[in-house]
Amino acid sequence: MVRNVEVAIIGGGPAGLAAALAAHKAGAKNVLILERDSFPGGILQQCIHNGFGLHYFGQELTGPEYAQRFIDEVEKIDSIEILLDTMALEVTPDRRITAVSPEHGLVQVQAGAVVLAMGCRERTRGALNIPGTRPAGVYTAGCAQRLVNMEGMMPGRRVVILGSGDIGLIMARRMVWEGAKVEMVCELMPYSSGLNRNIVQCLEDNGIPLHFNTTVVEVHGRERVEGVTIAQVDPATRKPKMETARYVECDTLLLSVGLIPENELTQGTGAAMDRVTSGAVVDAARQTTAEGIFACGNVLHVHDLVDNVSAEAQIAGQSAAKYAQGRLDKAETVDVTPCGAVRYVVPQRLVKGEGEAALYFRVGSAVKPARLTVKCGDAVLKTLKKPVMTPGEMEKVVIDLAKVDGDVTVCAEEG
Amino acid sequence: MYDVVVIGAGVIGCAIARRLSAYKVRVAVLEAGADVAMGASRANSAIVHAGYDCEPGTAMARVNVAGNAMFDEWCRELSVPLKRIGSLVLAFDEADMAQVRKLYDNGMKNGVPGLEILTREQTLEKQPGLADSVVGALWAPTGAITCPYEMTIACAENAHDNGVEFYFDFSAEKITTLRDAVEVENDKNCIFRSRYVVNAAGVHADEISRLMGDDSFTIKGRKGEYVLLDRAASAFVQRVVFQAPGPLGKGVLVSPTVDGNAFVGPTAVDDSGKEDTSVSQSGIDALRAAGAKSMPGVPFGRPITSFAGIRAVPSTGDFILGRSQVNPRLIQAAGISSPGLSSAPAIAQETVEALRQAGLQLIPRGDYDPIRKKEKPFREMSMQEREAAIAKDARYGRIICRCETVTEAEIVRAIERTLGAPTLDGVKRRTRAGMGRCQGGFCAPRVMELIAKHGGVPMEKITKNGGCSRLIVGRTRQEEK
Repeated sequence: MVRNVEVAIIGGGPAGLAAALAAHKAGAKNVLILERDSFPGGILQQCIHNGFGLHYFGQELTGPEYAQRFIDEVEKIDSIEILLDTMALEVTPDRRITAVSPEHGLVQVQAGAVVLAMGCRERTRGALNIPGTRPAGVYTAGCAQRLVNMEGMMPGRRVVILGSGDIGLIMARRMVWEGAKVEMVCELMPYSSGLNRNIVQCLEDNGIPLHFNTTVVEVHGRERVEGVTIAQVDPATRKPKMETARYVECDTLLLSVGLIPENELTQGTGAAMDRVTSGAVVDAARQTTAEGIFACGNVLHVHDLVDNVSAEAQIAGQSAAKYAQGRLDKAETVDVTPCGAVRYVVPQRLVKGEGEAALYFRVGSAVKPARLTVKCGDAVLKTLKKPVMTPGEMEKVVIDLAKVDGDVTVCAEEG
Repeated sequence: MYDVVVIGAGVIGCAIARRLSAYKVRVAVLEAGADVAMGASRANSAIVHAGYDCEPGTAMARVNVAGNAMFDEWCRELSVPLKRIGSLVLAFDEADMAQVRKLYDNGMKNGVPGLEILTREQTLEKQPGLADSVVGALWAPTGAITCPYEMTIACAENAHDNGVEFYFDFSAEKITTLRDAVEVENDKNCIFRSRYVVNAAGVHADEISRLMGDDSFTIKGRKGEYVLLDRAASAFVQRVVFQAPGPLGKGVLVSPTVDGNAFVGPTAVDDSGKEDTSVSQSGIDALRAAGAKSMPGVPFGRPITSFAGIRAVPSTGDFILGRSQVNPRLIQAAGISSPGLSSAPAIAQETVEALRQAGLQLIPRGDYDPIRKKEKPFREMSMQEREAAIAKDARYGRIICRCETVTEAEIVRAIERTLGAPTLDGVKRRTRAGMGRCQGGFCAPRVMELIAKHGGVPMEKITKNGGCSRLIVGRTRQEEK
């Protein structure tokens, strides 16, 4: 049996939930969320620390609290259905989804519009090719977070953390609070990819040293981690300087070395991908190049604040509802390209027209002080100055679409 | 009293056990590790070699060529993947071409079928994307790829189904040869009495042999490091691509795996010790250079993981097979370096023959079943098959490993079928859960829960790979309260 729905949403995390609500508010008659876990809320459910919702709700919430606000709203609306324990296996360009679940078996969905909201996964030790042994005790930070926060299990007692991504910083503090000793956080780059507030609250407040330009060059221990060798890297080449190598005893290595949008399903839609974000190429409506297929949240590009995910998901959900009802205007698009220190911009395309468009971007290296210029051809659409822009914090600039009559460049430079 | 105790549950020990299980004999397999395939059998090139590189007249040459020919039947009976994709040995200059011709001659003498010496153009027809410097190659159509730990697990399960007993975490410390039997003892005073001992102890086979009075050989470890590449970036190679050999073995190869990944390896770190499976930066760098020498397009930026295995290199330069000259109750299957996997079926057959000649009475069992049944993996099922599978067992509808699409039903089945205590890596090797690009980041805690629920191992005692490789060190403060 094929279910026909106006808007199908793959993923019931913060992006999927917000997209569903927005689609409903925009008039979608029925919305179906496919969630692979046994509960909605996604990764927020294991983020029991607070700091969520400052921008979106003007209030500091924990991850589960933030998720619950959306879950409560979704549950009030009869025309939004969530299928739990349901994993999408395939999405076709004509918006047919095949999923499986223990309860419903094979689920076939034909959707008027699809919103991709599958989130991201963590980069692993294997992807970094860290030399050494392969003992127990090497975890990605998110995996350790699940064990500690959801299973009540301690993955180790003496911890070195590689990478200063937000989950690693949060987990440094959590491990200390749980009685573990966190020896240090090593960061390959000269700056953190995490939020400044997390560096202060998680590391500095707990006396955990953060070593920049430092990496793990070897893992030791045959069965369980017994230590790691760390070394400073040459800031120019990022290659370890082995004369600086030293042994650090520990039983656990946590990795917080980056997040990768999980776009395996997206491949089947034929949507064009952005090599930098590892997400789909979208326009301001968050429509991919596969018509009627939208993307939002960490599957599109990795966000540092869930508040931004919710905001982006609203756009995607709203647009999806409009598309499903034939109300999303087709128009000519222009390309948005990064230049200077800007690594990527989302959306990568804009539809010419009226109104404003918010461009989200990240720089590839710290720019201090930073001058941002958004141009269309030779015309300057917007300039912006900031004391500093870092790769860890997503930046936003709003432009007036009426002035856009060709390709747009977003450029950050020192000055 | 056992008729045969096999020491070592690698591919050789398990293949021997499987062959023996066809007869009315009582057999125990003793394994020092927590699972089968814990040594070289879990980390090697996964190649069924054609048999051209062994010196003619050696035991290696004999069992390699014979073993290769037996693989189709074994894999069919045991539901183990086998792909006869053929192998190339690349030559980069005239000296290499001389090596290639020598391998061709060796192969002809060894009875390897179908060998051809190819020009550069013919080589590129077999495998596009080779380096500009390739001048020609040896082509061996019987070269194949398989899955070494799957083969080991399959042999063990089939042997077990036919009555062979398996004991894990049993490290033989003392072996006493009596008038009519042998006693194998571990450090916990647990004793197995048997009429014969088969020594399939991998890198430790010289130590086992010495315990039984035969010190006619020694074994050194030769480490081989590998880099496994992301499946999404692995379409570039369709054959097993060797380079003309150097002094330390067959050199670095680039090859697909039966699971759709590609790999580059192995390095050859001579005299590396028997236990050190660490991967070095220099090894990774060497693989990068060697891989690029064969195929400049090797996507080294897309690794999934790196790992190392230890080959058991015998002082004799050849496999040590058959009855010991010193202890008539000892049958050797020792010094099995490369091509050990390829030779396993033939070594198993020869070992059974050696036991017969040593006086073991071998009466075929009427109820012997050579078939090891394995359900089709969910990821390989059609949508109709999936629907039917979920209708029969709803746990097929719950995906535990997202990257490799492994279901709860398959993981529970693997846990229940594991001969020893289930481990995280054991489940991974049996189902591929955790082998994908997230490397268990999502599924490891879920698999651990299933091990606790269905494998009878409490969370805190679950190991990655046996021994002290505990994954959890205790409860959180909240839980302790």
